[in-house]
Amino acid sequence: MTTRLTPSRRAVVGGIAATTLAAPYVRAQAGAVKIGFSISKTGPNAGGANVTTLPNYQLWLKETNDAGGLKLPGGQRRMVEFVEYDDRSQSEEAVRNIERLVNQDKVDLLFPPWGTAMNLAVAPSFNRGGFPHLASTFFVERQPELVQRWNNMFLFLDRPSTAITALTDLLATLKDKGLGNTVALASVQDQFGLELVSAARAGIAKAGFQVVMDRQYPPGTQDLAPIISEAVRLKPDMFLAFSYPPDTLALTEQARIGGLNPKVFYTAVGTAFPLYKQRFGANAEGVMGIGGVDVTNPKIRDYIARHNRIVGREPDRWASTTTYSTLEVLSQAIERVGLDKAAIIKDIGANSFETILGTIKFDKNQRVDQWWVGQWQQGEFVALAPTKVGGTKAPVFPKPAWPTA
Amino acid sequence: MIARNWTLKDWAFPLVVLGGAALLAPLPAVAGSYWMALLVNILMYSVLATAWALFSGPTHYVSLATAAFFGLGAYTMAFLGEKLPLPLVYPAAALIGAVVATVVGLSTLRLSGVYFVIFTFGLAELVRQLVTWGEAKFGGTVGRFVFIDVNQQGIFWMLLGLLALVLLVGYAIQRSRLGWALRAIGEDETVARHSGIDTTVSKVAVFVVSATFMTVVGAVMAPRWTYIDPSIAFNPIISFQVLIMALLGGAARLYGPILGVVPLAILFEILQANFPNSFSILLGLTFLVIVYFVPNGVVGLIDQGRDKIARAVGRRPHPAE
Repeated sequence: MTTRLTPSRRAVVGGIAATTLAAPYVRAQAGAVKIGFSISKTGPNAGGANVTTLPNYQLWLKETNDAGGLKLPGGQRRMVEFVEYDDRSQSEEAVRNIERLVNQDKVDLLFPPWGTAMNLAVAPSFNRGGFPHLASTFFVERQPELVQRWNNMFLFLDRPSTAITALTDLLATLKDKGLGNTVALASVQDQFGLELVSAARAGIAKAGFQVVMDRQYPPGTQDLAPIISEAVRLKPDMFLAFSYPPDTLALTEQARIGGLNPKVFYTAVGTAFPLYKQRFGANAEGVMGIGGVDVTNPKIRDYIARHNRIVGREPDRWASTTTYSTLEVLSQAIERVGLDKAAIIKDIGANSFETILGTIKFDKNQRVDQWWVGQWQQGEFVALAPTKVGGTKAPVFPKPAWPTA
Repeated sequence: MIARNWTLKDWAFPLVVLGGAALLAPLPAVAGSYWMALLVNILMYSVLATAWALFSGPTHYVSLATAAFFGLGAYTMAFLGEKLPLPLVYPAAALIGAVVATVVGLSTLRLSGVYFVIFTFGLAELVRQLVTWGEAKFGGTVGRFVFIDVNQQGIFWMLLGLLALVLLVGYAIQRSRLGWALRAIGEDETVARHSGIDTTVSKVAVFVVSATFMTVVGAVMAPRWTYIDPSIAFNPIISFQVLIMALLGGAARLYGPILGVVPLAILFEILQANFPNSFSILLGLTFLVIVYFVPNGVVGLIDQGRDKIARAVGRRPHPAE
């Protein structure tokens, strides 16, 4: 079939390129390791995929091949080539792309797509083919059940309820420092926002806070001013928004304009984006959000610098770092056991890995210890909680009022 | 001459359909899972496009509601899949599809032309927002897991069965009084009404049949994705793709849409596999070419070719004599 024409042509070109590049490294073996992925290059998911996932895949590919290839047991190296398809943000296309990668392109390994829905759509295919599935942009409450169903799946993000516990525990410690007890909630009306906000309602009640406002808005809402106006009227001590990048930016902007100055201002996805800092500058100081990294860690600093140099922009401080750590885990497992998929899965489940996020060790295929609350402090998005993970800083509290600019 | 052939033709179509289905049924035994994935895609769009043309073909009412019913079916599977035995879920989906289509049909089929097109497009959005609202209000989350063990072969056989069924039902409708009524409505609705046809009942009846099939396709496909949310289930792309495929094939004949689905699905696959980064641009160009060179669809081309042959054959005897 003609379908196979170009992948093989690409393989030839890639092969030529690989041999030329590999010439100085005599140990590189003929035949590149083929890694396939399907990702949303177009459609509604493209934004997330292009910030978080794709740049890290490219960064890893370049670094691996520049080093002479993927390290195998015994010190051998093999060059890596990607076979990539666009799923146009449609589950059915993602499923078919994976079938094509596995059966037509005969890839050695697969990288996961971006987002919870896409990862779930391709999970049965990954499982059927016995491919390790290291998911980093995957966030649902029913995770323990999923890893039981698919033992080849490793989840790098814990559950929404854990994220919320970290947040409410942190807020509870601020009570003695003069945090009142009124909370205004805003959340985006989809799986992500709803799971977080329902966990938050329970956590807030447990911490003894009082919800004075609880608003939801559909994804893609343009005008969020009414939500902020209501919050301004109610003067809550805490404003918590479980939001996506466009709404995170819009809510922050409206809060600044409307003069909403709670003691804690929290927005979810997007707060950790470099874009947030660029857009709000000094206004970002004290804003809390999901994610956070240990900026004192030299590995993270080095990663940010490399990402900047090779991709041409900064990574975000939540899912980007997590995605890159999945690739570190995978390379380390391959270095130990080679390209045998079942052996890789076994190795990842059993061992611990040194990554830019520190040591990663899986508990029943789930990564448990991780930072959930971060805050902009002097131009860096630092981790605040949970403190038991280590590498956290003390929060800036109360959040300084928006500078009048 | 034509009259004498009628009885033979009567049986020919159903026999071809059943024979074709019987021929395709053993395919999973030989086809690898990549080819199965492609076949599932072709079958899914074949059923949807044929069901679409069942209503839109004769009446010339262009409907963009495919995604609404498809999504309804997917959600039926998500809601009931783990509660009811699987063989009961499909009839349940069909029933829900039929009920919703009746309500929608009765309230909207008085619209026509561009108003109808816009309404049907809005319908998918309306159902999607209702589902989101209901899920958020009562479910606590919007996404739903569909953990139902139906493998690719199972989906293939169900879709194949549905395709045979929709063709047979379509054939029965075409041969019935209802079929004549629809064609009359397509020609001129006012005239049809004046000649005693109850246009509303006819339109709603066929709209319901068409929508029922779409709903069942949604229920069949949902387990393949493990997880659905409103934007996956009610994806407007499905409506547009079905429309384009049916029009390429030609909505005037029962088998027309399939002639559009097969080449387009294969074309999508080739573009996707070979030019993943410029898929949308190439797709746009392809559509331009189709509209420009194949305005009457594949069926139109076949008719044209047949005419030419007939004319050539008809002309021949003269110089021979």
